[in-house]
Amino acid sequence: MAGAGRGAAVSLTGLEKSYDRVAAVAGVSLDIRSGEFLTLLGPSGSGKTTTLMMIAGFEMPTAGDIAIDAKSVVAMPPYRRNIGMVFQNYALFPHLTVAENIGFPLKQRGVAKAERAKLVGEALELVHLPGYGERYPRQLSGGQQQRVALARAIVFKPRLLLMDEPLGALDKQLRENLQLEMRRLHADLGITFIYVTHDQEEALTMSDRIAVMNEGLVAQVGRPEDLYDRPSSRFVAGFIGESNFLPAIVRGIEDDVVVAECDGALLRALCPGRPATGEKVMLTTRPERLRFTDGAWSSNAPQNRLSVTVTEAVFAGERCRYMLLANDGTAMVLKEPSSAAIRRRAVGEQAEIAWSVADTILV
Amino acid sequence: MIMSGWDARGPKSLMPLLLAAPLLAFMLAFYALPVVTMLMRSVSDPVWSLSHYAALPDDTVFQKVFWNTLYTSVIVTVGTLLLGYPVALALVRARRWAPLILILILLPFWTSVLVRSYAWMVLMGRHGLINEALLAAGLLEQPLRILNTPLATQIAMVHILLPYMILPIANALRQIDPSLARAASGLGATPWRTFRQVVLPLSMPGVAAGVLLVFVLALGFYITPAMVGGPREITLSMLIAQQVDQLNWGYAATLSAVLLTTALAIIAACYRLPGISNAFRMNTR
Amino acid sequence: MTAARLLPATVVGLILLFLAFPIVVVVVVSFSSATYLTFPPPAFGLRWYSAYFGSEDWLRPTWLSLWVAAATVVLATLLGTLAALGIARLPRALRVVAAGLILSPLIVPVIVVAIGIYYAFSRYGLVGSPIGLVLAHTCLAVPFVVTSVSASLAGIDPRLEQAALSLGATPGGTFFQVTLPLIRPGVLVGALFAFITSFDELVVALFLSGSGAVTLPRRMWDDLRFQIDPTIAAVSTLTIVLTVLLMGCAHLLRKRAERMRTA
Repeated sequence: MAGAGRGAAVSLTGLEKSYDRVAAVAGVSLDIRSGEFLTLLGPSGSGKTTTLMMIAGFEMPTAGDIAIDAKSVVAMPPYRRNIGMVFQNYALFPHLTVAENIGFPLKQRGVAKAERAKLVGEALELVHLPGYGERYPRQLSGGQQQRVALARAIVFKPRLLLMDEPLGALDKQLRENLQLEMRRLHADLGITFIYVTHDQEEALTMSDRIAVMNEGLVAQVGRPEDLYDRPSSRFVAGFIGESNFLPAIVRGIEDDVVVAECDGALLRALCPGRPATGEKVMLTTRPERLRFTDGAWSSNAPQNRLSVTVTEAVFAGERCRYMLLANDGTAMVLKEPSSAAIRRRAVGEQAEIAWSVADTILV
Repeated sequence: MIMSGWDARGPKSLMPLLLAAPLLAFMLAFYALPVVTMLMRSVSDPVWSLSHYAALPDDTVFQKVFWNTLYTSVIVTVGTLLLGYPVALALVRARRWAPLILILILLPFWTSVLVRSYAWMVLMGRHGLINEALLAAGLLEQPLRILNTPLATQIAMVHILLPYMILPIANALRQIDPSLARAASGLGATPWRTFRQVVLPLSMPGVAAGVLLVFVLALGFYITPAMVGGPREITLSMLIAQQVDQLNWGYAATLSAVLLTTALAIIAACYRLPGISNAFRMNTR
Repeated sequence: MTAARLLPATVVGLILLFLAFPIVVVVVVSFSSATYLTFPPPAFGLRWYSAYFGSEDWLRPTWLSLWVAAATVVLATLLGTLAALGIARLPRALRVVAAGLILSPLIVPVIVVAIGIYYAFSRYGLVGSPIGLVLAHTCLAVPFVVTSVSASLAGIDPRLEQAALSLGATPGGTFFQVTLPLIRPGVLVGALFAFITSFDELVVALFLSGSGAVTLPRRMWDDLRFQIDPTIAAVSTLTIVLTVLLMGCAHLLRKRAERMRTA
């Protein structure tokens, strides 16, 4: 992380927002570190956009506090918070040129014309749109407009940048390009980015940390790999990436590993708490962590094994997806790379699958 | 509205009210209160009573004028509907001609009622175009009396109100999803059937809006009937003006109240129909 | 064009002719050299135009109408624009009431409005005075301004104001730098409609003009009652040209604003 001092540290404490007794945000506490790229990830209605709007100052919290660089900003109107913001539909002023759009925040801050022109030029260079200053927003493509919106939001060197699903309106290829550009921009500028999206792939690609939100609360916050490998709840396991869920009954605990019986087999899983014997639990593992045991793959780590029947086989370009059925009726998904060297399974085939205990979590 | 949240001073700002207040005060002072005060004369002149209203059913002059006004409005509405619907269809369907058609509709629409009524005086006079043309074609021996007849009023009013019928209908037609007509055609409907069973019903909101608009406007027409109408067929607004000239304020106010109530009642009755509230709604956030 | 299309096309063509013809007639008659009202005119000339431009009797009402219309535009545009801005942000109940009052001149029969205003104004010496006309015409013109500005306002993306605020513009700054430029077309169109409404207005003028504030439409009306003078054709043609010019501008302004908005 570059230049930790350049970005603002944001502290959300017990943030709540209700409309007519319906809670959009029901108690969010989060510490966002200086200079980090944090994503608020969640389905619609999870409260992520409302939270962002409260940080920006467009919504007044009904309870709780927001502190930027240790100073509470809740009573401060949005135009004094000195935060950059990028909106989903760009919100470029249609009656101003690109240069005037980018220069707008500088004008509000009383920056002289010559200095403005210089900073606008630099910002245009930064987003790879040199010379576009005299065009109007309606003459630009979606991707170009989004880059102008970015330039406008950072030209006045804010310490915090908020982004509300900025890539939602773009097609897949463009989105992926811009994701990389934003990542690079973040590394160059070193300021704090708070990004809102419902697309978990986007969040995994771009973020230093992700806060998964659901129904107005933060379900889990952590680095992408932590959330992916160690989801703390069924919701997070299901929302981020794909998961297999295996109902099981606890039979015992060995150190940090729980032993549970599922479909007649004893499986082991990592588990943070201490569930009681006989308790019904859910084990989860990722489809790409499963392997067919008769395939060309082996591991020294402790394994879980299960007998299954192949019910569907789908070739999806870079991967093969198999729908499997365990003997107790549990459905599972297995993903493996599609290479000519790996034998494709047939529907109806019986097989044994295995995966690492370390990749099994109890949620 | 975005401002409602962060204003720490109070839940809702007074600003919107402050912005609208000058105009509201202005219109109350110079428009609403004057009209209301005048209408009050219907019950306060010469003493407080409803006698003016009670006298109306026996008032033969009023009866004749009122029903004549209604009758004229109905005729004019039907006329504009019959003539206006085809034009609206053409405006929406004939892509190439649409700009020309629009100009031909808007040009008279933008001209003042006075000038248009005058134009009809020129056309319908004893030496006007219509008579001259018919005489020249040998279809007449003597000039016809067209001007200053009920027919003249109706023709002129249809002409003036036609755009008010065409534009709402065209609007409604434009909003009909074109794939509906194609679907009907694909299911075997002839063009006439498609029109009758798909397009026509879906255009009804526009028709309703146009009919309502034209009828209410026709009720209150003054200039045109006064200029081209017959001396014996006067409209309610003309009667009102006469009474004001003679300073019969109580009577004039009563007649005004009747006219206003009739217009409002018709609007209120039709308000629930689809398309009507759209025609009156103002765009706000 | 197929046979099936020929009949409807002819019908529509005739109706359109019906719409346009009277206007054409007036314009043609205005260039007639005859003293009486006849069509087609026996000869052509600019006689009635010189009659118009040479007569103080016609020019005075013309000036009055222009002044009254100009004053109406200023007053109606100012009051109407402010009101439109306010009404957009009022809570629903208040908004309906306010809009109802402001738009009611479009629905109330104009004769009722005219005599109501006449009734009140005659008490305060506002009859026969240009000021009275301006006040009355403003009330009649304001619905057009408010409708036009409101439509413009509704077309503004609410995120634009949020963006301006987030970039450091105060609410006042946001209004002048973002909102106002974007509603300018709506304000201009409203102003043009206000002008035409006042300039062409007759019914209220019939009562309020008295003898001291005779407007051009009132003068034309008086003329028509007492004599048929083809000068009116000339005046009419000139007003047609003026109206068409102004309304044409309004039309173009609206189209341009639409184009600018769509990205």
